[in-house]
Amino acid sequence: MIARWLDSDFVYSLLRTPTALISLIICLVLAACALFAPWIAPTDPFDMSSIDLMNGFTPPGVANEFTGEQFFLGSDDQGRDLYSAILYGLRVSLFVGFASVILAMTLGVTLGLLAGYLGGWVDAVIMRIADIQMTFPSILVAMLIYGVARGILPPNARADMAITVLILSIGLSEWVSFARTVRGTTIVEKQKEYITASRLIGLSHLNIMARHILPNVINPILVIGTITLALAIIAEATLSFLGVGAPPTEPSLGTLIRVGQDFLFSGQWWIIFFPAVTLLVLALSFNLLGDWLRDFYNPRLS
Amino acid sequence: MSFVEVDEVSRVFHKRSLFSKSQGVQALKNVSLSIQQGETYALVGESGSGKSTLARIVVGVDNASSGQVSIAGHQISTSMPKENRRDIQMVFQSPYASLNPRWRVHDLVAEPLRAFGITQGRKATVQRVTELLEQVGLQADDARKFPHQFSGGQRQRISIARALSSNPKFIVCDEPTSALDVSVQAQVLNLLKDLQSELGLTYLFITHDLAVVKTMAHQIGVLKQGVLIEEQSADDLFASPQHQYTKDLLAAAPVLSVA
Amino acid sequence: MSLLEIEDLSVEFTSRRGVLRALDNVSLTLEAGEFLGMVGESGAGKSMTGNAILGLIDPPGKIVSGDIRLQGESIVKNPERIRGSHISMIFQDPLSSLNPLKTIGAQLIETIELHTPRRGTAARERAAELMTQIGVDADRLSAYPHQFSGGMRQRVVIALAMASEPEIIIADEPTTALDVSVQAQVLDLLREVCSAHGTSVILITHDMGVIGHWTDRVGVMYAGRLIEIGTTNDIIRSPRHPYTQGLIASTPTMDANVDTTLYQIPGNMPPLTAIPDGCAFNPRCPIAEDKCREVIPHLINDVACHLRSET
Repeated sequence: MIARWLDSDFVYSLLRTPTALISLIICLVLAACALFAPWIAPTDPFDMSSIDLMNGFTPPGVANEFTGEQFFLGSDDQGRDLYSAILYGLRVSLFVGFASVILAMTLGVTLGLLAGYLGGWVDAVIMRIADIQMTFPSILVAMLIYGVARGILPPNARADMAITVLILSIGLSEWVSFARTVRGTTIVEKQKEYITASRLIGLSHLNIMARHILPNVINPILVIGTITLALAIIAEATLSFLGVGAPPTEPSLGTLIRVGQDFLFSGQWWIIFFPAVTLLVLALSFNLLGDWLRDFYNPRLS
Repeated sequence: MSFVEVDEVSRVFHKRSLFSKSQGVQALKNVSLSIQQGETYALVGESGSGKSTLARIVVGVDNASSGQVSIAGHQISTSMPKENRRDIQMVFQSPYASLNPRWRVHDLVAEPLRAFGITQGRKATVQRVTELLEQVGLQADDARKFPHQFSGGQRQRISIARALSSNPKFIVCDEPTSALDVSVQAQVLNLLKDLQSELGLTYLFITHDLAVVKTMAHQIGVLKQGVLIEEQSADDLFASPQHQYTKDLLAAAPVLSVA
Repeated sequence: MSLLEIEDLSVEFTSRRGVLRALDNVSLTLEAGEFLGMVGESGAGKSMTGNAILGLIDPPGKIVSGDIRLQGESIVKNPERIRGSHISMIFQDPLSSLNPLKTIGAQLIETIELHTPRRGTAARERAAELMTQIGVDADRLSAYPHQFSGGMRQRVVIALAMASEPEIIIADEPTTALDVSVQAQVLDLLREVCSAHGTSVILITHDMGVIGHWTDRVGVMYAGRLIEIGTTNDIIRSPRHPYTQGLIASTPTMDANVDTTLYQIPGNMPPLTAIPDGCAFNPRCPIAEDKCREVIPHLINDVACHLRSET
């Protein structure tokens, strides 16, 4: 089984595309860091009792002048270990990214399938909503949804629900690209003879959509999913940077960058630099991986 | 009454548009034909003749605008009861588009078995699929493969195995060999003939190739722009075509004459 | 000297599954004014031969040996010089050869000015003349490709192919997408126009009926090899290679009826990844001997068969 998988065209192409391979390794390493952050990180950045304000603004690799403590990537204004904060921030960023992509994917694939398969007014309604949504930048849509959600929620629930609201707003702003692609592929597949073959033995439309058409739209979904993941991570960072995303109690990479920018001009460059680089590498890797996937599944375009 | 009765079938397609009044395109005009059990009725026509539209109506995936179709005494429509569908199957033109590329051969052939509850349990299904594959000249372990691992002719055999799985009495063959190479075409046509005599199948054979018609058909209908312009037994049609269009078709057909 | 000579041409594709030989030592000649048919199953190498002549073998494919000469001059190294001017092409889908955004007239005049000394009014007059030749009213020079039917479009493609006054036209399944009645008209037209100009045609098709009606000579291909070549009459009436015999015998004819069982060649053509040793046809051949399983037969007396090469 494993041997056959290693012999597949997929692995063959991956091994011969250095950018894709490196991107994949980086993605996996960063994902592992995020997953195992509580075990890898030297300190718990959210445990207030472990944080010593005297350690504030320690540059990377240099001993603090008061306490003599050293930090691999320096410390922030509160004396928090930046390396640990980044690992935990990565956790929040990736979690929000994955969760919102799954939401966008579920919504987009379902609506795309329905629009493409049923056609008519269902198609018209779904795609017009998509068109309207496309005329706004997705970050604006996310902010709008975020604002509405905050308005509805009672004040005491806001902090607890912050991450959920973030996932909801990014997920709802990114479904359109899934829906459009799935709709297009569905319209093509629907006209193929194997669909007629299933219809003439009396299979239901739902059955045909789920068992025949869905497996044939998986490749494009994978491509868009990977690229949307990069977009979602950036969207999350942007929202957090603007102060409407992850709360300071659960900082994501974006929150760290926002905190860091206050000290950029007073010489403490590392507080913004390391989270920013991590975000850049993360988003770039997913983008490059998505590009390769697209070329792999669609060789004619490359 | 004949086994297959197509009675005054018409089909109008409406082009819907937001800004203009809907325009009707008449794809079939009062087509009537009947097919005797165990025989092959060849429907000859060029692109746009309406032959594929008629096929879709006959197998119950599209409805006639007027007129009716009955097979083995059952009325055919998109809303017909599922158990009546068992008797009707179809083999398609494209060996590529007629099999879901994501499904294994076993699942493709077993789909009608499951849909009609013909076999009970996994073991019985595997056994029936094996029988069907062997019946069309494939092997038992081909069941594990995907369609792309087969040549065009072999895929048509898979389609035929699938069509046979519900024990149908009537099969619509829509240009089943027009995408195949000549030597493979002969294999598939012979297979269809063998199955007909073994299982007593009735065929509606749709094609544009008159030489293929000559080797397959008992009865021939010529369809032009939705109208059945001529209908004769195979021998009579080739010997004395009545309609000018049929004569033109016969004259234009590049049939090999060895003599 | 023949108009076109192909000598020991081999084309290979390198893939992860090893080297695939798509054309294996193909040699043939084409005379001026001749209609040569190339027949075989899909993947047998008939289109590949056409593409090789036009220099259209894209990587990972490569011409690994052999030569192609037009009027004695090798064209393997710089096919761009002859493509479109000395050798034109007609494909199955007429839309792939026509620019949807330009009128037929503009496309014809462009080709004429590019490949012949005619300019301006002379080119315009020539375009009108070509339209008349293909049986289309010269007024329709100002029409766009989408305004024509499939058969008419293929006529226009013929005019476009003739516009550069080529020595050879390579027509790859030019009528496969057309209805039977239209097919006959288009092929008759091609024959007529080419005879009038003395243009040679290589007609690539899988349809034995088309071969029988519209070619002078036929090359039969199997698994990347040319296995028999001869006049159309000889090939159809007295084929010598067992594959050609099977091919002809399995073609439905008007002598058949419902009770006829068609002759069928057992098995399938092997994929390029699994070509057997010796003669590629030997596992399906009714007369194969030990030698056929070991030694590749070369084209001798126009047949590549150990047992049928003696005249």
